[in-house]
Formats: sequence, structure tokens, C-alpha cells
Amino acid sequence: MAEAQNIPAGSTTAGSIAVAAESTVATRMSAPPSFDVADFPVPHGREEEWRFTPLDRLRGLHDGTAVATGEGVRVEVTAPDGVTVETVGRDDARIGRAGTPADRVAAQAYTSFEKASVVSVPKEAVLTEPIRIAVHGIGGVAYGHQVIELGAYAEAVVVIDHTGDAVLAANVDYLLGDGAKLTVVSVQDWDDKAVHVAQHNALVGRDATFKSIVVTFGGDLVRLHPRVTYAGPGGDAELFGLYFTDKGQHQEHRLLVDHNAPNCKSNVAYKGALQGQDAHAVWIGDVLIQAAAEGTDSYELNRNLVLTDGARVDSVPNLEIETGEIAGAGHASATGRFDDSQLFYLQSRGIPADEARRLVVRGFFAELVQQIGLPDVEERLLAKIDAELEASV
Amino acid sequence: MATLEIRDLHVSVETENGTKEILKGVDLTVKQGETHAIMGPNGSGKSTLAYSVAGHPKYTVTSGTVTLDGEDVLAMTVDERARAGMFLAMQYPVEVPGVSVSNFLRTSATAIRGEAPKLRTWVKEVRTAMETLQMDPAFAERNVNEGFSGGEKKRHEILQMELLKPKIAILDETDSGLDVDALRQVSEGVNRVRETGEVGTLLITHYTRILRYITPDFVHVFANGRIAESGGPELADKLETEGYEAYTTKGGASA
Repeated sequence: MAEAQNIPAGSTTAGSIAVAAESTVATRMSAPPSFDVADFPVPHGREEEWRFTPLDRLRGLHDGTAVATGEGVRVEVTAPDGVTVETVGRDDARIGRAGTPADRVAAQAYTSFEKASVVSVPKEAVLTEPIRIAVHGIGGVAYGHQVIELGAYAEAVVVIDHTGDAVLAANVDYLLGDGAKLTVVSVQDWDDKAVHVAQHNALVGRDATFKSIVVTFGGDLVRLHPRVTYAGPGGDAELFGLYFTDKGQHQEHRLLVDHNAPNCKSNVAYKGALQGQDAHAVWIGDVLIQAAAEGTDSYELNRNLVLTDGARVDSVPNLEIETGEIAGAGHASATGRFDDSQLFYLQSRGIPADEARRLVVRGFFAELVQQIGLPDVEERLLAKIDAELEASV
Repeated sequence: MATLEIRDLHVSVETENGTKEILKGVDLTVKQGETHAIMGPNGSGKSTLAYSVAGHPKYTVTSGTVTLDGEDVLAMTVDERARAGMFLAMQYPVEVPGVSVSNFLRTSATAIRGEAPKLRTWVKEVRTAMETLQMDPAFAERNVNEGFSGGEKKRHEILQMELLKPKIAILDETDSGLDVDALRQVSEGVNRVRETGEVGTLLITHYTRILRYITPDFVHVFANGRIAESGGPELADKLETEGYEAYTTKGGASA
């Protein structure tokens, strides 16, 4: 069961379903995952994983020329009682357990970070207040590593805010114990010049629930790579994303759900709006259902709304299935535009042009926003979407 | 009493082969409470008249005037025209992704009325209007015109007309593509609004069929970009038997 739609509007959308002997998800990367940056050649831009990214705007993160500048970002963690917050060295056993860097910049971040921050929620602890992590850029270059670890049956909400100006490459690990429930909201609300490249690795324990909400508004270039694998059967991952790509911005979200264990679920839904000349959004949704992953139930969706001329969307869902014994797997991708005929229709019903645009964009995002389940985050997002629209021409 | 006055209206569009004049001097007065039928063959410019008066950017008014109670309609933006009391029921209503019918109707009513309708009375108002048009309540949660059948689109247009209570409503081929049941329901909706005496209706149609349900006060034959003949309902009967041939052959208007 699969669906691929395509309504081009200054956009390309391609989809494929492979039932193949060879994993295209793995083989189209230019090198296998590795913790060592030396294992990855410097990208030239034609590689499958780099072909949409403007390398010249990575500020040297991809070729080793970006040198960390003392304090590039400031990280503040506010956590309720019972949560342990540590700064640890590279040799801490928890680092790198959730996943391995999949591309050159992630490996560069892994090779270059000096101290990692580790936030641990003990087993069976159910937090009533969110853990808040403020990552504030102060204009430098930084390589980071964060680990968020939940013991068995622990439940927590983590809100990570990225603000300010920085050139940041990072890996973020989420380790979920058996039956744990983690919701992570990562907001990229950077200043206009910031460059942010990060890999998110979630290792979902047996019967654990992982919910990720990625919200990207700011930055010159943001490229995020959320990845999920399962440590046992019965895991459930929901990956939601919203982006609002303005004039000149490059916002890229590359997802991989690796169904490596039986009877797990995944649901991916990313929605983006674009406005302005050279606004560029990229969405890559890879789902791999391995032979062992019988009973998998998986769906991925990407929707884009192009509000003005001059914007570009690349949306590539890719589903690869190595067993037929699954509950369901599907994908959908569509890019549509808010056009003059829609504007005329709404205006002919008395609705002023700016309000018509707001109505359409709020409506477009509403369904996704409602699934977040955190009222204060939902409010903030809607307010932010309105602000983005106000700022538009 | 609201009056729409169209005087010597000339309208052109840009085509691949250059500028083309479609309306060539239209004169028409529609008063609140009156129903005018504009009938004519395909390509005569009927729809252009509707869209020009509503302010569609595709059409350029090259000369003439359109006023509503003396106010210059042509100087208004599309939404200002609607707020002034104009309404256009479209032949091909546009899909608006992400916007539910209920959200759309409320936003529109708020804009037209100048304040948000009180929620409780509004919900009842919408429900009643939908029931009389025999629309499924689930309809309100669907996205505007997305996946609607032809009949649903037209019902949705008339639903808006009932809720927005315009002074002047232009119905552009609202009858096209409707089966008999849908045509009857849509016509009944239009008649309910007409019976208030608050609306002047301009019914644009190719066929006389809808005039069995909605009786006009005036019938105008539209040909070659202008009104070729005007009369009472009996003119529709003549068209029913004789067709438009007399108006499309050389020479245009007959006596």
C-alpha cells in the first residue's frame, strides 16, 4: 500500500518503493556510517546525500575548515528534580550508543566535540514538567554532542530551543529504556545567518514510545537528520515536523526510520510552507523495513505549500521493504501552491488578502499542530506562524 | 434600496493573440428585490460580465462605470466589493486546501458583517441553512471545495449566499452540471434569499431550465459582448422555442 502524489509548483517530487535485494537506503550514501570523519571523503555536491545542499553555505563544516571557536554556543539545561544533568568527556559509555554518524558533517561533529552534556531521567520517573534545553549561539563555530537518556518506564518531555547566531554541527542521542515515553520538541528559531547541521539518533527500547517534533523557522541553512532505530519489539515512533522557509533560506530535513525489530510502528508527518525568492525546502523520508521487522506498521507523509513564486521544494519519500509480513507501509508527498484563484475566491467572500493567506497557512498546519499534544508549544507555534506571515510581503 | 448600475462597460482580456475585447458596452441596472436573468450563447461574454463586476484580475475594464448606490465599484478591491454587498456564486468554485468549510464560512461572515457572529447563534444559523439545502453536517469539516461533487460545490455557493446576505448576487451558471434534484434544491435556496426582498439577483445561464424554478422579473439576451434584447419572462419562452440563432447570426440583435 503506497501513495505518491505530485502537484508540481516550482517543485520536484519523486517517490520510489523498492523491494530489492540490495538496500538503496544504505548504498546511496557515499560511505557507511562511521565515528571517524576520515572515513568520509569531502563532499563535492553530487553525492546523493549532498545533492540538494548548497555546500558553499556550510561555512566549512563539510571540509574540515570550520574550526571551533572557544565558546560558539551556550547550552543551559533546566530540569525538574530527580533529573541528572552532567557534562562528560568523550569516553562516557552513553555517547554514540543511539546511532553512528551517517555523513561527513555528523562525523566531523563527533570527531571534534570536547565535552558532551548528558541528561538522564531515572527509571520509572514520570516528569510533570518539561526539561528545557536552551542552545544559544553567540556567533562562533561549535561542535556539540548531547545525550538524553530515559530509564525503563520513565516519561519525559524535552524542549530544545535553538536561538542566536552560530555555525553548529551536532549529534543528539535519545536513549529510551523499555516502556519509556519521550517527547522531544526541537525548535530551530535561529537568526538569519546561522548554520545548523545535526543528526538526531533515537534508539527506541522495547515497547517504548518516542515522539519527535521538529520545528524549523530560522537560520540561513538548517539541515537535520533525525534517525530512529529500535532496540526491541513493540516500539512506537512518531516524527512530526513543521518548517516555514523564507526568502533565501535552505531548510533540509532528512529522515530515516530503520525498522530492524518486529511489531514496531512509525509515523512520519512533515509539513512546510515556503515564501520568497530562493526559499528552498528539502525533505527526504527514508523508511527501511528489514527482513526481521515483521508486523511493522509505517507511514510517512510530506506536504508543502508554496505561497509565492521563486520558492523551491524537493521532496523524496523512499520506502524499502524486505519482508511482506507487515501490517502496513505507505508514503505520500504533495506540493501545492496558494494561487491567485484561491486568493480571488476568498477575497470575493469579503476576506482581505493578508487574512486569506493566514487562513490558508494556519489551516494547512493546524492538523499537524494539533497532534503535538503540548498546548503551550502549540500556541507558540501558531503565534510564530502568524509572525512569519506578518513579516512577508 | 441598493442599486447596481452598469454603464457602457467595456472589458478586455490578454490572450496569446493580443488584447481581445469581450464586453462591448454593457448597460444594466439591477435593484434590490429584482431578479434579472442574463441568457446567451457560449462565448457571448456572460461570465466575463460576472467576473469583471466581482473584480477578477484577469479582466481589464477599459471604459464604462459600475456603481453600487453611487459608490464606484471598480475602484474597490475584490474583498471591498464583497463587503459592500456584492456576491458572486461561481461556475467553478475554487478548492482551498487546509481551510475547512466551517472556518471559511465564519471568517467570511466576520469580514462581511464587520464583527464575529456570536458562536451559539452562528452554529445554529449554519446548521439550519445546511439542513434546508440538504447538506450533510459532516460537510462543514471538509476543506473548501476539495473533492466536492458538482452539486456539492453549487450548494456550498448558495449556502454562502444565504449566510452572507448580499445586496446584489450574481449567479454564474449555477445551474450547469446539476441534476434535477440538485437544481431544485439550489433554486429553492436562491428563492429563500429572494423572498426576503433584500437581494437583487443577476442570474446568468445558458439554459431556460433553471427559470422554471426561479422566475425572473427581467430577461436579457446577451450576444456579442452586449445586451441584445431585454424583456419580461416571456422572452425566456421565446428563447426556449427559437434558441439563440437570431442573435448569433450576422446582424446581431433582432427587434
